[in-house]
Formats: sequence, structure tokens, C-alpha cells
Amino acid sequence: MSASARRRFISVLAGLAATPLWVARGVRAQPQPANQLEPLIAKMTGGKPVRRGRVTVSTPRLADNGHSVPLTVSVTSPMTAADHVLSITLLSERNPRPVMAIYHLGPKSGRATVATRVRLNGSQRVLALAQLSDGSFWSGSAEVEVTESACLDAT
Amino acid sequence: MVARVQLPQQARRGEVIEVRIAIQHPMETGFRYDPMGKPVPKNVINSLKVRYNDSEIFSAELGSGIAANPYLQFCTVAEASGELVFEWVDDNGSRGSERATLTVA
Repeated sequence: MSASARRRFISVLAGLAATPLWVARGVRAQPQPANQLEPLIAKMTGGKPVRRGRVTVSTPRLADNGHSVPLTVSVTSPMTAADHVLSITLLSERNPRPVMAIYHLGPKSGRATVATRVRLNGSQRVLALAQLSDGSFWSGSAEVEVTESACLDAT
Repeated sequence: MVARVQLPQQARRGEVIEVRIAIQHPMETGFRYDPMGKPVPKNVINSLKVRYNDSEIFSAELGSGIAANPYLQFCTVAEASGELVFEWVDDNGSRGSERATLTVA
């Protein structure tokens, strides 16, 4: 067998191996189209500009299971009566309901850090929006790779 | 509804302490179907409020994006010995509450 024939044979084999995977994926639910978060954020901020920074979203880079993904959000703030975080909103790009949670904090919180576990419908960017007592809005985000999405399980 | 609260048993005055709560709840999204093919109605804990010596220190509005058996962690300043009261309600209107005592030295 010549080298080129062998190569062709291997490429056909590879094609065969790839086909069932592709078909199997077609049976599963289509990935949710990315939510347009901008209009939603604009509604929440009342059209005020959102600056990037001060908000840190930490999450595992790779989540095996979208049903429960640990997520920690912290906002750099002295948390005094004059300067504190009023609320933190968790937003998802691909979940059917983009607003996952809204936390209300205050000067009694001491530290603007919250943690929870979220459901994620596929790999996406998770965004946190913080409203400060001076009326400004800040955001931060993290990319999460989800190997097994939530929401596909129809049982 | 069963819940578990974790907080330090003792804290110094002015110290920032971590408060954790986990509540047993399915957090039904409303997107699932039962074995008969009927949609399972949405039922999630939609609000949680935390009071510390009768003043609200934290509240949360939750949705179907929060994993089953919701777990929340937040911080507060230990001001005086007393009680933290956690109260929550789900879409069906069932309420739950939990208390925890904090000793401030």
C-alpha cells in the first residue's frame, strides 16, 4: 500500500469514527443561543455606564457538571456607611433565565464577598454586576467550560 | 425544609465573619418533565432574608439558576452577641426558617 492510499484509508476511518458522535450530538438539545445581556444590564442600571473592574468572579475554569458550579464573587469596597456595595447580580449568557441571583448587601456586611453554587447551561461567560452606594455600576466576569450542561436532562 | 447554618461559635467585636447556609430544596426549574411527560412546575426558593439582632444584614433573590439544595455564603460584622434569623420562601409559598446564635467576646 502506498503512503497516500494509507493516508486516504485513515482519513475515511477517521470520518467514520466522527460521524456517530455528530449524529448523537444532533439528537441532544441545541445549545441555547447567547442571551443579549446588554439590554438587560441597561434596564437594571437605568442606562448608567457599567465600568469593568473591582468585581472578581472566581469559578473553576472547567466544570464537569453544569448542575452545580461553585461561584465566588468579591467586590473591592471598604464597606463603610459612606461607601459600600448595595447589590450583586449574577448573570448567565446561556441560561434560559439569565438572572441567576440578586444579593443585597450593606455596610453591615463588612466584606463584599458572596459565594453560591449555580446551574449553567453550557460553556459560557458568567457575569457579575455590582451596584455601589455612590450609584456607580461595576462588572466582572469569568469564563466557564461546562462539559455536561444542566437543562439537557429531561428526566 | 431542613437547613444547615455554619458560623463561628465565637468572634471578636468588629470582626468580619463568614456565614454559610445550605437549604434542602429541589429548586425545580420548570423546564423538566415527569415520567408521564407532564411538565414539572417551577418551584424555587425565591427569597432569603437574614436578620442579626433584628436588623437585616443580607437578603437574596434567587432563581432557577441556583443549584438544587441552595448554598449561600456571605459576610457580616460581629457587633454583639445574639441571634441570626434566616427566613426564606419558595414559589409554592412554603416558608422555612433557621436560627443560629453568635457569641461576641
